[in-house]
Amino acid sequence: MNPLAIIGRALLDFLAIVGRLTRFLTRSVKMCFLPPFYPRQILRQFIDIGYFSLPVVGLTTLFTGMVLALQSHTGFSRFDAESAIPTVVVLSITRELGPVMAGLMVAGRIGASIAAELGTMRVTEQIDALSTLSTNPFKYLVAPRLIAGTLMLPLLVLVGDIIGVFGGFLVCVYDLQFNAANYISQTWEYLEISDVTSGLWKAAVFGFIIALMGAYQGFNSRGGAQGVGTATTNAVVSASILILVTNYLLTGLFFAGR
Amino acid sequence: MTSTPKIELSGVTKSFGNKTILRGFDLSINKGESLVIIGGSGSGKSVTLKCILGLLDIDEGSIKVDGKEAAHLKRGALDAHQSKFGMLFQGSALFDSLPVWRNVAFKIIQSPHMSTKEAKEHAIETLASVGLTADIGDLYPAELSGGMQKRVALARAIASKPEIIFFDEPTTGLDPIMADVINELIVKSVREVGATTMSITHDMASARKIADRIAMLYEGRIIWHGRKEEIDNSGNPYVDQFIHGRAEGPIKMQVRKA
Ligand SMILES: Nc1ncnc2c1ncn2[C@@H]1O[C@H](COP(=O)(O)OP(=O)(O)OP(=O)(O)O)[C@@H](O)[C@H]1O
Ligand SMILES: [Mg+2]
Repeated sequence: MNPLAIIGRALLDFLAIVGRLTRFLTRSVKMCFLPPFYPRQILRQFIDIGYFSLPVVGLTTLFTGMVLALQSHTGFSRFDAESAIPTVVVLSITRELGPVMAGLMVAGRIGASIAAELGTMRVTEQIDALSTLSTNPFKYLVAPRLIAGTLMLPLLVLVGDIIGVFGGFLVCVYDLQFNAANYISQTWEYLEISDVTSGLWKAAVFGFIIALMGAYQGFNSRGGAQGVGTATTNAVVSASILILVTNYLLTGLFFAGR
Repeated sequence: MTSTPKIELSGVTKSFGNKTILRGFDLSINKGESLVIIGGSGSGKSVTLKCILGLLDIDEGSIKVDGKEAAHLKRGALDAHQSKFGMLFQGSALFDSLPVWRNVAFKIIQSPHMSTKEAKEHAIETLASVGLTADIGDLYPAELSGGMQKRVALARAIASKPEIIFFDEPTTGLDPIMADVINELIVKSVREVGATTMSITHDMASARKIADRIAMLYEGRIIWHGRKEEIDNSGNPYVDQFIHGRAEGPIKMQVRKA
């Protein structure tokens, strides 16, 4: 094959995937707003995505906050700027590291489990069976996961933010001999509401992406256990990459012109 | 016969990639009739049922249900079309995240006139009619034997008393006595509810019991159909070979000779 044909084929394949994904996305989002709703399913996803991800997100942000304090201390102590550490910690955590770290961890945990569950349902014809029982699979399976992903991730990140800042506090106060009251007041000093809310908006977008990629890959998995395995990998990889890319774009959007 | 057939297929073709499965499938089934499709493994029997249900999109031809075109439906119309059917999948396709009784009651529990308690009672009754006791209702599908799963799937397909019921190999994997119970049940559900049924089976005893008419699928077409009494004198060498299960004859199995 000549090189032009290869490039052309790759481009067409890419466009086909974007097209399918867009169709999947519009159809599932529409189903989030059309009755009937399935409260049992939504509740189950709230618990799965929100509650059971707490330990992972908490641990991740705790150590992120701790290492952040340690690293900025080694840097800032070279020019006597230790007093900036609390601000650096809280801004980095709320704006970037909280949502991104939580997003990536949840992508691994939840993206994979959604893809595996829906993929298994696809290859064992359970999704076909739903249709024959007057239940729209998009409404019953995809919509609850999208709703729960979008609503739960901001909550997780809010908790993660607090734990992350607390991690920085622990290191500074117990390891680096900072004054606890000073640390707390400096944490608040330069923090603006928008620092936190921008991170939470990001989290909502990440939660949506995670659930969408998991559901999309699961729904389109083919051919038994191996197909489900591939779908799971693809879901985690594609969600992680999309999270990093949209994080950059959203940061540009939120903090442009400041 | 002047009334419109319940289901009418004409010139249906279906391929997967470059593999053609159905090449001009014509068949009609009258209301209240029980049709059995026989044919070799991999000849496209299950695919035919999925095409009628709208789970697979056909390439050419037309599928009419109650005189209305049912091929290539859009989402809303497809939901309405599918709600007329009950289907027993070849692989059972039970929802493994739900207990048995919720599987059986899956469709009826969604009706606003049905309380959870009533739905459960109805599910238990339906389970009893397929020879399963009430305590089975609280188990999960993974805890059942293959034959029990098949019976639960059968209960789920008939629980909502649909107008049209498809049985994909309802007696495969059951002992001969239970197979006969299931045959009786299929016959009874047709008589009682006036349902139109299409069944796939390899078991000629079962076919003779449940069928009004038998049709044989070979190489993507119906090569013979007639009343079940006529099958022994069909004069069709393919049918003769099939019903007597002979390796020698016009049907060549795709087995490589060593
Ligand atoms: N989703 C699919 N994608 C690709 N090929 C498929 C798909 N579903 C079925 N086929 C192919 O279609 C053919 C017919 O399959 P089908 O399941 O209808 O057979 P069948 O007549 O029901 O056989 P059996 O009696 O063994 O159940 C097979 O060759 C199968 O490989
Ligand atoms: Mg089959």
